[in-house]
Amino acid sequence: MSYLEFLRDYGPRLIDGTLMTAAQFVCASALAILIALVAGLMKLAPNALIRIPAVVYIEIFRGTSLLVQLYWIFFVLPLFGITLEKFTAGFVAVGMNLGAYGAELVRGGIQSVPRGQWEAAYALSMSPAKRMWRIILPQALVNMLPPWGNLLIELLKGTALVSLISVADLMFEAKQINGSTFLSAQAFGTALILYYLFARALVTPFMRWLERVMARRIGRA
Amino acid sequence: MKDLHDLSRYPLRLEGPDRPMVSFRNVTKRYGDLVVLDGLNLDVAEGEMVSIIGPSGSGKTTVLRMLMLERIQGGVIYVDGAPLSHMERGGKLVPANSRHLRAGREQIGMCFQHFNLFPHMTALGNCMEGPVQVLGLSKQAARERAEDLLEMVGMIDKRDEHPARLSGGQQQRVAIARALAMRPKVLLLDEVTSALDPEVIGEVTEVIRKLVQKYRLTIMMVTHQMGFAADISDRVCFFYDGRIEEEGAPADLFSNPQKERTQQFLSAVKSAD
Amino acid sequence: MFDWKWDFAFEILPRLLGATLNTLMAAGAGYAIALVLGLVLALAQRTPVRLLTAVVREGVEFIRSTPLVLQIFFVFYVGPQFGLRLSPWTAGMIAIGLHYAAYLSEVYRGGIEAVPKGQWEACTALSLSTRDTYTRIIIPQALPPALAGMGNYLVGIFKDTPMLSVIGVAELMHTANAIGSEHYRFLEPITMVGVIFLMISLPAAALVRLFETWVRRKLGMIR
Repeated sequence: MSYLEFLRDYGPRLIDGTLMTAAQFVCASALAILIALVAGLMKLAPNALIRIPAVVYIEIFRGTSLLVQLYWIFFVLPLFGITLEKFTAGFVAVGMNLGAYGAELVRGGIQSVPRGQWEAAYALSMSPAKRMWRIILPQALVNMLPPWGNLLIELLKGTALVSLISVADLMFEAKQINGSTFLSAQAFGTALILYYLFARALVTPFMRWLERVMARRIGRA
Repeated sequence: MKDLHDLSRYPLRLEGPDRPMVSFRNVTKRYGDLVVLDGLNLDVAEGEMVSIIGPSGSGKTTVLRMLMLERIQGGVIYVDGAPLSHMERGGKLVPANSRHLRAGREQIGMCFQHFNLFPHMTALGNCMEGPVQVLGLSKQAARERAEDLLEMVGMIDKRDEHPARLSGGQQQRVAIARALAMRPKVLLLDEVTSALDPEVIGEVTEVIRKLVQKYRLTIMMVTHQMGFAADISDRVCFFYDGRIEEEGAPADLFSNPQKERTQQFLSAVKSAD
Repeated sequence: MFDWKWDFAFEILPRLLGATLNTLMAAGAGYAIALVLGLVLALAQRTPVRLLTAVVREGVEFIRSTPLVLQIFFVFYVGPQFGLRLSPWTAGMIAIGLHYAAYLSEVYRGGIEAVPKGQWEACTALSLSTRDTYTRIIIPQALPPALAGMGNYLVGIFKDTPMLSVIGVAELMHTANAIGSEHYRFLEPITMVGVIFLMISLPAAALVRLFETWVRRKLGMIR
């Protein structure tokens, strides 16, 4: 069987898998960004009752493996009465894991905003919430976009693990095709290339574009 | 308990037509064990222009920062008759909470050495931010106010530029307009020309001169520019080691300083020029 | 807590601790491969041969932006297709070593590029050989800024070892899964794996930070 024939026979399944990977990627990214924002802000709170839960969350999710977290959420959480369907369990695990890393980026981004900006906002008598939302966060966002680009690549790679709880993503399809055809190089090789294209032809250019747009909005370009 | 006892010596309000716009009563500021200001007493009248000079580390910038950004460890600060550092609770003064501080500081504007304009907003956006978000003005009203002020500081042509595209002098003029947009009763100028190239200092001092001569705004200015301070101030305070070593009308203080430290400082500054 | 059975937890603890040793061995071996191979990949990108530099650069990018678990499958299954059988351990070490070599090569590169250009020029001015330039001047200066990244990836490789379970390497995750399907109980084994990971990776991360400070102080870069 030539490689072209392989693509003709199994291409559609790999495309379906890629779409599932894309869906996982989008859902997990949205969750990770939300968690990163909340946990990152909480970690900067002066009140220990707010700060400590964020620190515990971040340390637990960064201190253990994504795969362990995924299995825990999928196999153990039901014992506590929380049963997630596999698609949901997949992106929740990936989003919660990468969100913990993102929280550190949010914290770092906020701390990189010069002190003069805090003082200037305070000198205008802005409330703490407005100060954060209107003055500090927009600037922090620009500072932390480049590392977020790398983090989203890591997140994309992380989604491959959801295949292990039978979400029919790209990795899953490649494994199935390998199992039925034993054409390992073709199946896994094509999947590798598809992941690479997803990362370098979609995620990275999108982040570069976003960086340019944000830089322009902040008047730096 | 000692603090509370001490506080009873301070009036709840300063009354009367002659009351100062800003009043420091026995104010002490410490950073840890380091006493930066020790028992400062200073009154600034409405419409007065007071310049604060002194060597670095003398506490002169701290005077402004206590009004706008920091808490104090002793004494009371009044602004327009009402306590700022403290608030009234059951007929007694207690240390202010952050809400009271913020409300009191709405009456004060501040300009910084490094401008601190918001980089993600245009010149106009910078000047509208406080009025819209804090004072609750409509966008339209805030825009008109901001444009008037940008006109006054000569920056109306650059209203749609972001700070990154403005020179230091231009940024500082926008920063002055931003502070004035809050209609402050007191304006604090913290070394506003120190970070500027020599050739653009003039455009900023011209704006300040206008504020003093035309608008009679109450201004407290920390500066290294002795000539400018002598030129426009009603009064000059020389700070040394956390205290006012000597104060007076600029003509007296600059040409006939009484204290030895003032003489040393002024001759050192003069020889540096 | 809910259905937690302590006696079951104690019963499986020795098995999990044994598997922890395997996990640590896998992480250590993988990291050793990555340290050496990463240096090769970094130096290959500094040769004057443009084609080599470009190919290695693209290769590193490729490895870094594709999933490790897929790479593990690839290495394990592609060999037999061409008549080369690799044991799970061998395949796993190659895959994880190569994956982290790509990351470490970036860390090395960053460290080398952080050395000011004047240092290279001074070496040329002193007529130092390329070898002496690297070993005596550049690497000692490139190392401290690289240490943080190197340490993070040591902890990172440890946390990625559970992926080796997919091809049957008997590390922690694999053992926990086995216990789970034998006893139809997943609560204890998976939770315990999580706790073991935390108990190793948190102190390890702290040690890495201490070590980094110690090296900087040793080299006189901070007081």
